[in-house]
Amino acid sequence: MIWFLAGLAIWAGAWALNVRLSHSRLMGSRAGRLLVPAIFGLTLLVVWEFVVRGLQVPGVILPPPSAIGARFASELPTLWADFQQTFVKGALRGYAFGCSAAFLTAIAIDRSPFLQRGLLPVGNFVAALPIVGIAPILVMWFGFDWQSKAAVVVVMVFFPVLVNTVAGLKASETMQRDLMATYSASYLQTLLKLRLPAALPFVFNGFKIATTLALIGAIVAEFFGSPIVGMGFRITAEVGRLGLDMVWAEIAVAALAGSAFYGAVSLIERRMTFWHPSQRR
Amino acid sequence: MRSLGPVLVVLAVITVLWYAAAVWLNSAWVYDQAVRAEAEPPSFGQLVPLTINQERPVLPTPHQVVSELVGSTFGMSITSKKSLVYHGWITVSATLLGFVMGTLLGIMLAVGIIHNRAMDLSVMPWAIASQTIPILAIAPMIIVVMNSMGVQGLVPKAIISAFLSFFPVLVGMVKGLRSPDHMQLDLLATYGATKSQTLWKLRLPASMPYLFTSLKVGIAASLVGAIVGELPTGAVKGLGARLLSGSYYGQTVQIWAALFAAALVAAGLVAIVSWVERGTLKRMGMAR
Repeated sequence: MIWFLAGLAIWAGAWALNVRLSHSRLMGSRAGRLLVPAIFGLTLLVVWEFVVRGLQVPGVILPPPSAIGARFASELPTLWADFQQTFVKGALRGYAFGCSAAFLTAIAIDRSPFLQRGLLPVGNFVAALPIVGIAPILVMWFGFDWQSKAAVVVVMVFFPVLVNTVAGLKASETMQRDLMATYSASYLQTLLKLRLPAALPFVFNGFKIATTLALIGAIVAEFFGSPIVGMGFRITAEVGRLGLDMVWAEIAVAALAGSAFYGAVSLIERRMTFWHPSQRR
Repeated sequence: MRSLGPVLVVLAVITVLWYAAAVWLNSAWVYDQAVRAEAEPPSFGQLVPLTINQERPVLPTPHQVVSELVGSTFGMSITSKKSLVYHGWITVSATLLGFVMGTLLGIMLAVGIIHNRAMDLSVMPWAIASQTIPILAIAPMIIVVMNSMGVQGLVPKAIISAFLSFFPVLVGMVKGLRSPDHMQLDLLATYGATKSQTLWKLRLPASMPYLFTSLKVGIAASLVGAIVGELPTGAVKGLGARLLSGSYYGQTVQIWAALFAAALVAAGLVAIVSWVERGTLKRMGMAR
């Protein structure tokens, strides 16, 4: 009970600190604005630990963060192998292939208004569908190894990127296109020097949505069959053995990989679209 | 309606490509059979009818999928274990419960965030970070853990749906509740309106267009959550279970039919939300 009350006290204390911090002058600085969410996240972990210990929740229902951390450290080689199988082989390859295919398709259909009017509603419709459902079919076609996972990822990322890129290619203004026309720029020149750069913020929006989808696709596809390595496989296997601390360690890996992937794409976006109002500060 | 023609053409092209792919992918089995029977390999004219009506094709043809879909939707009593209506209803009920939970959670968090600076600074970054985590990956664990605590059936799936649908609502509502401009907020301040009056009379009505846009994203996400939530329970009931049992027993036609049923359900749910949106915005004088 003492642990539980201590958890509550820590929660209240950290919250009061955050309230004071958020009204203080620290908020003007970058570090100060990072401090508040960091404190919040840390408090969540501490309170989780204390409450689990205080209420004596069994480890098979919710393990405390310390146990997860210990398991994470001791199982590093397994986690690394799973990460490589699911993320590097499945998700990344599928992501690269799906995004470039969607990008090229968007440029191809950009020249034909007919195809655009026909494909875009279909694309929008497909983008809203539960595409993870094709995972069992693709696993059946491409086998249990990473190829089928990459295929699921390709299909999942294709439509969001396609729809965003097509929208982006329309983003340049008539005045700008007229200017290119008065320079007698060719189609290719207009595309490379005006329309693609103007489309980049939209394209990157699609790429960022696709990062999460890629990881989800690769993990969920492993539920339908996989070799004995991989994050999705490990999660199902360990849930069956009630090794919940390992499952949480795997989730931590997925969270880290997902955030890092998203962060990397955002960083590239910042370098490439530095001129856009949303990137200025 | 200008785009109706092109859409139909694209759909027709997809159907033709689908048939071609089905003939190509399913031909391996036919040739294999011919070799085993020590017969001549079939000519193209003989090949086509042999490939488009197989029992367990690699790729079922559209008419097989449609007939399975129609057969298992209308051809059975809706309490039958083979009826897609039965399985669809299980999934839809989990979706709707999760959607309501997620939407309420999203709206409440959004209201908290616009009124409390500390909450804005501390919750928002983590809400965004939570979306870079593949939440679907936790689905089997939530199911199993809740199962061991004695909670079964609808609620665990609904929780996964709620987790997926709260985020679009949260982001949309934060934007929407902040959308009234300073003039309007100042006016209410001169009336001496309290915070809750401002919320109910200005901020909430102003956020409606944002809310509905997010709801459309959210309901599609909850359906995905409900379907994935059905996978680890061991293929008992629901559209996800149909997918899983189809993949266990090689019933490709069943998988495709379940997939199309899920697509139709998704389209229907989004259509219902849009219909409510149009009605509401019209009555509030916000229709575009």
